Amino acid sequence: MTLTGASRAWARRHGLTPMLWLVAPGVVFMLVFFVYPLCYGVGLSFQGEGGPLSAYADFFTNGFVNNGRSRESILVTLRLAFAASLINVGLALPLAYRMRGAVRAKRALIAVVLVPMTLGTVFVAAAMNEFLGRAGWLNRVLLAAGVIDQPLQLVGNFTGVLLSLVFTGLPFAFLLMVGYASGIDPTLEQAAAVLGASPARRFLHIALPLLLPGLTITFCLAFILAFGVFPSATLVGNDAGPTRVLSKIAYTEYSYGHYSTASAAAVIMAVVQLAVLGLVLAARGLLYKGPSTGGKG
Amino acid sequence: MNGHRWSRHRVTLTGAVTWSGLWVFVGGLLLAVASVVLASLAQRFSTGWLPESYTTGWYTAAWSDFGLGRLLLVTVEVAVAVVVISLVVALPTAYVLSRLTFPGKRLLLLLFLVPQVIPIMTYAVPLATLVYMLRLNDSLAGIVLVNLVPSIPFAVLVLIPFVDQVDPRVEHAARVFGANSPRLFVHVLAPLLVPGLLAAGVLILVRVVGQFELTFLVSGPNSETLVVALYGSAVQAGHLASQQINAMSVVYMLTTLILLLVALRFVDPTSVTARHRSR
Amino acid sequence: MTDHSPGGGVLAIDGLRREFGAFVALRKLDLRVSAGEFVALLGPSGCGKTTALNLVAGLIEPTAGTITLDGHRIERLPSEKRGIGMVFQNYALFPHMSVADNLGFGLRMRRRPKHERVERVSRALALVRLTEHAHKYPGQLSGGQQQRVAIARAVVVEPRLVLMDEPLSNLDAKLRLDMRTEIRLLHQQLGLTTIYVTHDQTEALSLADRLVVLKDGAVQQIGTPSDVYEQPANAFVAAFMGYRNVLEGDLRAGDLHTGSLALRTRPGTTGKSGRAVALIRPDDLRLLPDDAAPAPNAIPVRVRVCEYLGREFAIEAVGPGEQVLHGRAARPLTPGERAVASVDPERVLVFPATEGAAVSAPELELVAQGEQG
Repeated sequence: MTLTGASRAWARRHGLTPMLWLVAPGVVFMLVFFVYPLCYGVGLSFQGEGGPLSAYADFFTNGFVNNGRSRESILVTLRLAFAASLINVGLALPLAYRMRGAVRAKRALIAVVLVPMTLGTVFVAAAMNEFLGRAGWLNRVLLAAGVIDQPLQLVGNFTGVLLSLVFTGLPFAFLLMVGYASGIDPTLEQAAAVLGASPARRFLHIALPLLLPGLTITFCLAFILAFGVFPSATLVGNDAGPTRVLSKIAYTEYSYGHYSTASAAAVIMAVVQLAVLGLVLAARGLLYKGPSTGGKG
Repeated sequence: MNGHRWSRHRVTLTGAVTWSGLWVFVGGLLLAVASVVLASLAQRFSTGWLPESYTTGWYTAAWSDFGLGRLLLVTVEVAVAVVVISLVVALPTAYVLSRLTFPGKRLLLLLFLVPQVIPIMTYAVPLATLVYMLRLNDSLAGIVLVNLVPSIPFAVLVLIPFVDQVDPRVEHAARVFGANSPRLFVHVLAPLLVPGLLAAGVLILVRVVGQFELTFLVSGPNSETLVVALYGSAVQAGHLASQQINAMSVVYMLTTLILLLVALRFVDPTSVTARHRSR
Repeated sequence: MTDHSPGGGVLAIDGLRREFGAFVALRKLDLRVSAGEFVALLGPSGCGKTTALNLVAGLIEPTAGTITLDGHRIERLPSEKRGIGMVFQNYALFPHMSVADNLGFGLRMRRRPKHERVERVSRALALVRLTEHAHKYPGQLSGGQQQRVAIARAVVVEPRLVLMDEPLSNLDAKLRLDMRTEIRLLHQQLGLTTIYVTHDQTEALSLADRLVVLKDGAVQQIGTPSDVYEQPANAFVAAFMGYRNVLEGDLRAGDLHTGSLALRTRPGTTGKSGRAVALIRPDDLRLLPDDAAPAPNAIPVRVRVCEYLGREFAIEAVGPGEQVLHGRAARPLTPGERAVASVDPERVLVFPATEGAAVSAPELELVAQGEQG
């Protein structure tokens, strides 16, 4: 009796209240259906036919039976993801900054910009093939106007996948950035203006530093989206070569029943992605992270 | 009262570039959508500017040959089930993670964060195997189950800042007036968190409807969602007329668009990140 | 822009007007502010005082009218080219810059050399006694300290004109008094031309050389604090300046008749007659025990509330016709007790009931009550 009394006091002192049981359903679910499969998958990757590390060795020597160019796919995926997320964040930043005050225009624009999020990969792929293909409207217009004399190759290659990633990823980045931009107290820029700062310098000295933390988060999320690209790499890219991405490798291995090599490819994908995110967030640690309002509001 | 008005309508170079960029995007978007819709209505694959003759045959074919009605039903059922279950499980979890400090809290936060930052493929295959072992493959329950894996932690992460915003003094007041924990959740917290719950719900809805990899691995002929069926027919290019695929993707777009518009009537999506202002 | 000799600029505002759609926020403001003068724009919320300030600051553009600073028209210039200093209601300190960097920002934008910036920032820091906090961030400072940083940031650029938008409204009562003195002191030392917006009439009275009282976007009165306090131009201004007792009645031969009461009013109103309101400050309405010696303008009342103020007592009493009266008493009175309220006729202001945009007695009481807190 005294023992349970003492342990109860100990538990209370350390913040272990009965309220904690509220997390039980979520935690149990995640342990069974996320942590267990994840560990199992990592384990699988070390059970290659030729020894614990053979699946990894095959990956880096392009030794997958049905899947060449696996080593190069790391660079391909990185290039694609970096390009797409830089473009998306780069375009979303000025748009969101312009939008931060105009409430009515903002809601209408958000509705329009959200449409690509609802289209789905297949629709976007179809749209790009119809619109940007060699016989698409864009090439027809440019040919008719005499701007070009050969149709532009905009799909079936790296450009195609990049364009589809921008098309679907930009609205997402914009939405996040509008939230961050609206969170900045408008009187800060008014104060800067009264103190003699031109619009460009207000952006540079006030808005940009306050937006940078949100910008890095947006970049990270945009990067995650782009890094996992898979269907569009097949539908508007050329997954045998220039857009042979990591997830494509993993899926192909899986579809042939090579679970060890599929898992190894997935683990490599995770490690590369986490490394990039880690680097970005470490850089973010050097930046200002406090509130974006000045004094008491 | 007009202190925050910041109105100056001067034409600047950066402004012109920004707005024209925006209009290029919107124009491209509209043209691209129009081109797919037109192509889905074309009798034959066209090589000219516009199709020579129009038909709605591809839509009726999609409806009868692919069981589009059933695909839509499965998609909506799965989406609604995932949204509801995720929110019910995530709300108490988010509450505890926002309000209490206890040993291992950082570990728990990590548990809900990691699924957001690692590729689905790292756990998708063993998860599918697990679903097969439970004999839930090719069933609605199985699809809901796999979709909950990314959705629950996502809902938790979205809800935590919303719980942070609710002043704990409101809860103290409710307790002083005699509300116990279940009543506190139902009568005080849930109504205050409606914006957060809606925001999380909308985002989960869009993700689930578009979720391909996980659903693909456990679905079968009886339990395909729209996006899985669509991708299946798209990669088998050559087996199907492109107009057929276009027609199906138009149906897919309309479905998600309607779901999103309905959801947006209730939520301002920017409220997820714009939390500094409500202080 | 700030290369003139220290001291303030001369400001002239003519016919300044601003509409927001169909709503007229500011009807017509004409104002001359001489060098080094401290002018307060005073009025209830929505009266247009903040609009006027934002027009001078360049944060919004006028619908009509001109603003001239030191002979130069500035009403169409962007804020950054006006060379003014401004203290914002929420301070608007840059949260990502240290106190010193906040102060140095305006000098940096004016491309002053580094040694000069360091020199002037440290002088300004000393002026507001924040030297040891120079490297802290705004989030680490108390409300009063943030307020002093905001003021120092506005004056360090030696602007021709300083604008202050309700700078004390976020501070607690004690700190507000201290900061008020500090602002006054700073103004005496630097002699900067200042426009100060507030809804608090005691703040305006104690700080300003001249007051501009606004209501619904229209100027009600411009004058020195004692002018506005002693000789309000209309019933609204009187009520706003703390004339809390409002009696409506008929004016005949200098007496205001309301119910059974005939109130002797300030000499000089004898000639007028008709419907009128009389306004009396609580300080001028003395409450005496029922058995006291006869007094001028004696109103029989019943005491309702008696509050101790320290030196005297604040009394709320009910007069004839359920008229509620606020007065002062030298000795405590018991609630329920009968008493006599007395006021010197000299201290009873009378305005025609139609004047001052036809304000009614209940409305005036609301205005007066709003200014008590």
